[in-house]
This record gives sequence, C-alpha cells and structure tokens, in this order.
Amino acid sequence: MKNELPKWADYILLPVINLTVAFIVAGMVVLMVGENPLEAAYILVRGAFGYGGGIAYTMYYATNFIFTGLSVAVAFHCGLFNIGSEGQAIIGALGVALAALTLDHLMPWWVIFPLAIVGSALFGAAWALIPAWLQAKRGSHIVITTIMFNFIASSVMVYALVEVLKPAGSMAPQTRTFEQAGQIPKLDWLFEVFGSGLQGAPLNLSFFLALIMAFLVWVLIWRTRFGYELRTTGTNPTAAVYAGIPPVRTIVITMLISGGLAGMMALNPVMGDQARIELDFTAGAGFVGIAVALMGRSHPLGIIFAAILFGMLYQGGAELSFDMPNISRDMIIAIQGLVILFAGALEHMFRPSLIRLFSRFGRSSDASLAEAA
Amino acid sequence: MADQSSKMAPAIELSGISKSFGPVQANKDIDLVVEKGTIHGIIGENGAGKSTLMSILYGFYHADSGTIRINGKEIKIPDSQAAIAAGIGMVHQHFMLVQNFSVLENVILGAEGGAILNQGIALAKAELQRLEDDYALDVDIDALIEDLPVGLQQRVEILKALFRGADILILDEPTGVLTPAEADHLFRIFEQLRDQGKTIILITHKLREIMAITDDVSVMRRGEMVATRKTAETNVEELAKLMVGRSVLLRVDKKQATPGDEKLVVKNLTVKDDRGVVMVDDVSFTIRAGEIVGIAGVAGNGQSELMEAISGITKPESGTILLDGKPIDVNGSADPAILRERGMAHVPEDRHHVGLVLPFAEKENSILGYQGDSAYTSGLFLQMDAIEADAKEKIDQYDIRPPDPGLKAGNFSGGNQQKIVLSREMERDPVVLLIGQPTRGVDVGAIEFIHRRIIEMRDSGKAVLLVSVELDEIRSLADRTLVMFAGKIVGERGPDASEGELGLLMAGINDSEKAGVEA
Repeated sequence: MKNELPKWADYILLPVINLTVAFIVAGMVVLMVGENPLEAAYILVRGAFGYGGGIAYTMYYATNFIFTGLSVAVAFHCGLFNIGSEGQAIIGALGVALAALTLDHLMPWWVIFPLAIVGSALFGAAWALIPAWLQAKRGSHIVITTIMFNFIASSVMVYALVEVLKPAGSMAPQTRTFEQAGQIPKLDWLFEVFGSGLQGAPLNLSFFLALIMAFLVWVLIWRTRFGYELRTTGTNPTAAVYAGIPPVRTIVITMLISGGLAGMMALNPVMGDQARIELDFTAGAGFVGIAVALMGRSHPLGIIFAAILFGMLYQGGAELSFDMPNISRDMIIAIQGLVILFAGALEHMFRPSLIRLFSRFGRSSDASLAEAA
Repeated sequence: MADQSSKMAPAIELSGISKSFGPVQANKDIDLVVEKGTIHGIIGENGAGKSTLMSILYGFYHADSGTIRINGKEIKIPDSQAAIAAGIGMVHQHFMLVQNFSVLENVILGAEGGAILNQGIALAKAELQRLEDDYALDVDIDALIEDLPVGLQQRVEILKALFRGADILILDEPTGVLTPAEADHLFRIFEQLRDQGKTIILITHKLREIMAITDDVSVMRRGEMVATRKTAETNVEELAKLMVGRSVLLRVDKKQATPGDEKLVVKNLTVKDDRGVVMVDDVSFTIRAGEIVGIAGVAGNGQSELMEAISGITKPESGTILLDGKPIDVNGSADPAILRERGMAHVPEDRHHVGLVLPFAEKENSILGYQGDSAYTSGLFLQMDAIEADAKEKIDQYDIRPPDPGLKAGNFSGGNQQKIVLSREMERDPVVLLIGQPTRGVDVGAIEFIHRRIIEMRDSGKAVLLVSVELDEIRSLADRTLVMFAGKIVGERGPDASEGELGLLMAGINDSEKAGVEA
C-alpha cells in the first residue's frame, strides 16, 4: 500500500478535479451576481479559443506564464520556493530596454533580439543572486527575501522610469517607444496560414522562445549532471552532502537560472507588445507562475498546459467582462483567484482522499482477483 | 497525592501494544508493567522503539492494537490532553519551552486558568513555590528561559508536568544534554519525587544511568520488549547483551587476513556536534589493506560521527587522517566528492536519509556521489544509456530485485536498497571502504550475501572499516575489533574476543588487565 497515486491520476485526474471544483465555486459566484454560469463559461471559452485573435491573445498571455512557471519550477526542483519571479521579471525588463534603447537605430531586430534575451536573463538572474546567496550562506528564507525583492524591484523600476528612462518632457512614466528594430516580430504569418490574422493580438516570436526554454529546462533537470545535483539537493539534502554536492553552489546556480527565466518573461510584453517599458507591465505574471508551476507539477509540459489555461482565463475573462457587464473586471480576477486557490494553494486538498480511494479500490480489486482465482 | 491503598494496581499497565509506520513495525506486542512509586528504566538502542512506546502513552501516536491501564483503569489516550488528565506528564528530549517567556509564563502556558491572567498567575505562583519546595526544584520563577542553562530548563519542564498534576513522569533521554554533575542532581530530584509517591519512567540508552537510579528496568530491542528485570538483580553485562541481542547470523567462512600496507590512518581525531558536545574524543587507529576493522559499541557512542568525519561529510575539530599514505586536508578542501575520487567509498548507516534519494529511480541512485564520473557524464550531460547499462549490470551482479533500473528506490525492500548502495560503493574499486550498519533492516538471505561481499572486498586488498551495533556481525567479520564508548576507543580485541568481553567494553567497563585475550 504505497501512499502514491498512479501517474495518470497525479498528472491529469487531480488537476481536472481541482479545476472542476474551482469552476463550480466560480459558477456559484456568477450565479450570485445574477448571471447564467453556463453562458458565462461559454463566453469565456469562446473569447479565448473561438477566433484567431482570441487564440493569439491566449497564447500571448500563456507565453508570460510559461516563462515565470519555468522559473518557479526550476527553483522548486531544488527545494527552493522562488516567490520573486515577479521582481526578477521587472528587473529583466531593464536588460531588454538596455539592448533595445541603445541599439534599435543601429542594428536589425535579429541582432537585438538575441542581445535582449541575454540582457533580460542576466538582469533577472542578478536580481535572484542576493536572495540566493543569503539563503545558501546565511539561511535567510528565500520566500521572505524574494518577496521583499519584489517590492524593491517595483521601486527600482519606478525610479528608473521616472528619473532615468523617461524621455525629457514626457508626462508618462515609461520609456520612449522602441524603433521597429527594437521589437520582436509578430506571428501574423502563422495565423495567416489558418486563414485569420492576429486581429491586433500581440503574439510574437517569444512564444517560440518560451517553448524552446521549456524544452531546455526539461533537458537541464533530467538530462544534465547539474540537474541531477539540483534535484538531489532539493529531494534529500543530506544525501546531497554525502554525495559531495556543494549546497551553496547548487542553490546559487539554481536561483540564477530561475531568475534568468523570470527575467526573460519581460521580452514578451516589453519588446513583443508595448515596445516600451510601462509600469506594471508584468500584470502579476510572476505570481501566476507559482500557480502554473504547481498545477503543472513542475514539469515543463505540464507548465505549458497550465500556462495556456491561465492564458485562457486572462483572455476569455476580458471578453466575459465585456459581454456581461454584471461581471466586472474584479469578478474575473476573483475567478482567476479561485483557480489559483484550488489548483495551486489547495493542490493537496483532494490528494489524501483520492489516495485513500485508490488504495481501497486497489485492495478490493486485489481481493476480487483472489476470489476469482 | 500517591494513594497508598491502591498499591496493588500498577501505575501503568500496557498489554499487547503494537504500532507500525508503513512497513516498519516500531512496537511489536509490547507488555509493560510499571509499579507505583518506582523509577522504571526503559533501555534500548536508538530506534528500538522506546520513544514510540512513550509517545503512545502520551497520546502523540495511536497504537494499532493493545490496551493501556492507568492505576488499574483501562483508558484511551487520544491526545496529550487526555494523557495529562490521566496524570501523565512527559519531559521531551528536546525541550518544549518558549525561549523568551519567563519560567512562570512557560509553566502556566496552556493552563492559564481563565481569560484574566492576573488571578491565574497569583495562584500559579503559590503552587509553583510549593512544588519547588517539596521537590527541591530550585528555579527562579521570573527568570527568562533563554537565560537558564539546560539543566535548569529541564527542571522547568519537570515543574510544568507537576503543575499539571502529573503522578507519572516520563523522561525521554533526560541526560543527553546534561553535564555529569547536572545529571547527578537530576537523579537526586528523581529520588525526591519517588519518595513523594510519584512514578517515573526513564528512557535512556545509557546503562550507567539505569544502574545508578532505577528500581526496575525493561529492555527493548527492535520494537520488542525483550526483558524486564529488577535493577538490583541484574548487571550491565547482561543488559548490554540484551540490548544488542543476537541476530540469526551464520558464521561466515573466511581465510586468515593478510594485512598489507597502511591504507587508512586516523590520528587523534576529535569531532564535535552542532551543540559543541565532543562526540569523538581523540581517536586513533590504523587499517591496513586486506583487513576488516570492526567498531563495536552501543549506538550513539560516536561511531556515526567518526564515519562522517572520515568520509568528509563533517569537519573534525582536530586530528589528521591519512588515506593511502597521503594526508586528507580535513579542515579545508576535503569533501566527500574529492575523497571518493581518492578511493574512499562509504556505505552510510542510514540509507534512507543519506545513502539514497528514495524518490529517485534505482539507476539515478546508482550514480549518487559518482555523478561527475566520466563513465556517467560527458561534459554537462548525463549519459543516460551508460547509466542504465551500468545499473543493469549491478542489478545482475548483486541480484537486486525487482530488476528494474527505472523503479523508485523507495519501492525496493530494505535488503535490496542496501544492495543498491553496496553495489555502487563496492564496484568502484575503492582503496578504503567505510561500511555502517551493513545489515540493518535487511532480511536474512541478503545478510549472508552482504557479508560474503564484504569478505571478498577484504580478500581483494581493500581496507574495510565496519561499524555495526550487531555484535555477532562484528565478531564474524572483523579481523580486529575496536570498541567505542562515550566517543573514545576503550579497547581493541582480536577475532577471538568473546561476546561477554566485548559486551563489558561496550558498557564502558575497561578490564583489559583482566581479559588477556589479545591476538
């Protein structure tokens, strides 16, 4: 009688149960404001997947969540709970801006884009370095330090926009708009193939970058020596010491990778959509990444699916609040919160009873087998 | 408070208590009778099930079966509240005190006597003063806990229990953190308490304490209650034997050892634990190629710390170690990875927490510690095919079942888990092989296999250091036996040393003058 679920139940059944409960509770909320939950669900799904532009928007949001989800997952495999993806993404944007603002009138996009990738990753990683160092050397809990660093990052960004990056004479706390060469090409051509344009959606090449990073994270975790050491440290720290895996080095490098991935998230909105840094461009993607990583079981493939789900909630939710005026923008946030609550924070709520159910079912089927024999 | 008229009913009567955690049976059908107004010792090695049994009595765990009678009445103890109500108090090994509260505040915590503190405090003060006077438990009741030495903190724990009306006091390894003088003072308090009619259960693995203070003693071994004796009618030697026990070991056939060069030299090694307590005290010994040196001793006498220091997991306080004639930089760069490269293989005592990563696949565990080896890694990447092939080969050689390199290590049985660790450490052609508790929790069939492998390692010229609490294992494998007691090596014996002789040494009684059997 192992206290484990079969893989399919762990990776598919449990998330589906969690989601269903989340939507039932959300449905009740919709009912309370006097709207039809089924109709609301229909509008939400249609808004996210019903037409080319909707799909493109869903994928655009998903891109953000894949980056931050991967960031949280990498740290999680090392036993570290990186709450700081939000702040690391904010600082990552400075790396993007550095490349775009200095080079956008000198070089073509295909030179600037790789430089921006490196810049965003380096800046994001640097922002994770101090919490990582404090955790590894001083035992300061990474949850606390990364939360604090989120606040610092926000303040740093406000300062940078207002005092440094804002063009002279401008009233808005944002950078100047990047030239064409400082923007990541949109994926119109992809949607032309399916006979629909992007219809204004900002889906861009960084979506593919996110998929590539998901693959590379898989390789890192399960196919490299460092990934092995990272998982060992996260799963059994005493065994890691026994195996001669230096904890300080492993924690610091893991957090640098995690921060780098979070930093790369900035590419998508900053260089792929707005073509400038605006305040609050992350829109909470760093925190959604936590839920995405939890729901995706810290596996890159699971993260891609979970990211698309949350992309759907963002995009479909926007349409829903447009079509059903009773369901305000705040309601949508509440529904997203419910999904995060059930799929993320309450991830283990149904697990024990499901395990019990499975073990009972397993036992009775064993017994009936024995009787049959 | 002791009711003399009910003298006939024992304070505690446990019958048929069983408790298992998953596949591990921590308590097997335990019977225990503790008479009123006595000090009853429960002795056994770490992991013998003493603490589990007491946790059942205190309501932390629920027994799978069996009954508990307190003062003759059968009761259920679902939680510690019920235990307190039944007059049972417990002093844990690790104190449960709020550091920045005063003694008084700690004592009334959870027994404040109402929402308004003032009344409760006044009453508590008077009661506490009475208790301190009655039992000679002098503590300043307004002192902060963090300012008190551990000996006094322990008194606060005892006061806490008495304040809640405890007639039965359970103390879990109370002297572990005390200096000898503090321990003696504690024993005098025990005598006071007993004389006032309280019943005391003392859990320990130290024989000296049992002999010094208890009226009766019960011995536990591997989850079973193996004997109960009047302390006056037994002796340390018998108790040591009962604790260590004898396992169903077959005497392994082996040739005379032919020791070669010195492969491991340990000089004046001293190791302290996190709290600064000396665990290994100025230990020196040498192991030559082609011999097995056994370290015998009751668990907790520094063997684990010795192994950890030699393998590079912890840094020793002082001393030198030579591996294959060359010194190990014990305070600098020497970590387990570097030592492994130099030929130091280590089968740790605790395979679950140290030797294996249980949620990892068997093949992943078969490279633990060797993940940087060129056989398994090229550049940054793991060579998955090579790792799998290598794991399969070891599965064949060591008959690891089920033969599935993809199965999680946690899903193998104890014996097969141990074989995973052994195959990993032995097949690397080490210079020195450190083995801790090679057959703990291993089935009989695997024991024989493992013993044969260890002898084969010796015969192929490895220097083997074997730490085991199984005396028979040491006696059947070791060419020389060192006995550790309280961090020191208290004696060295040849292969013909008798069990009784080693047993006495393990109890800390060095009679090397009397016993003249030297190889």
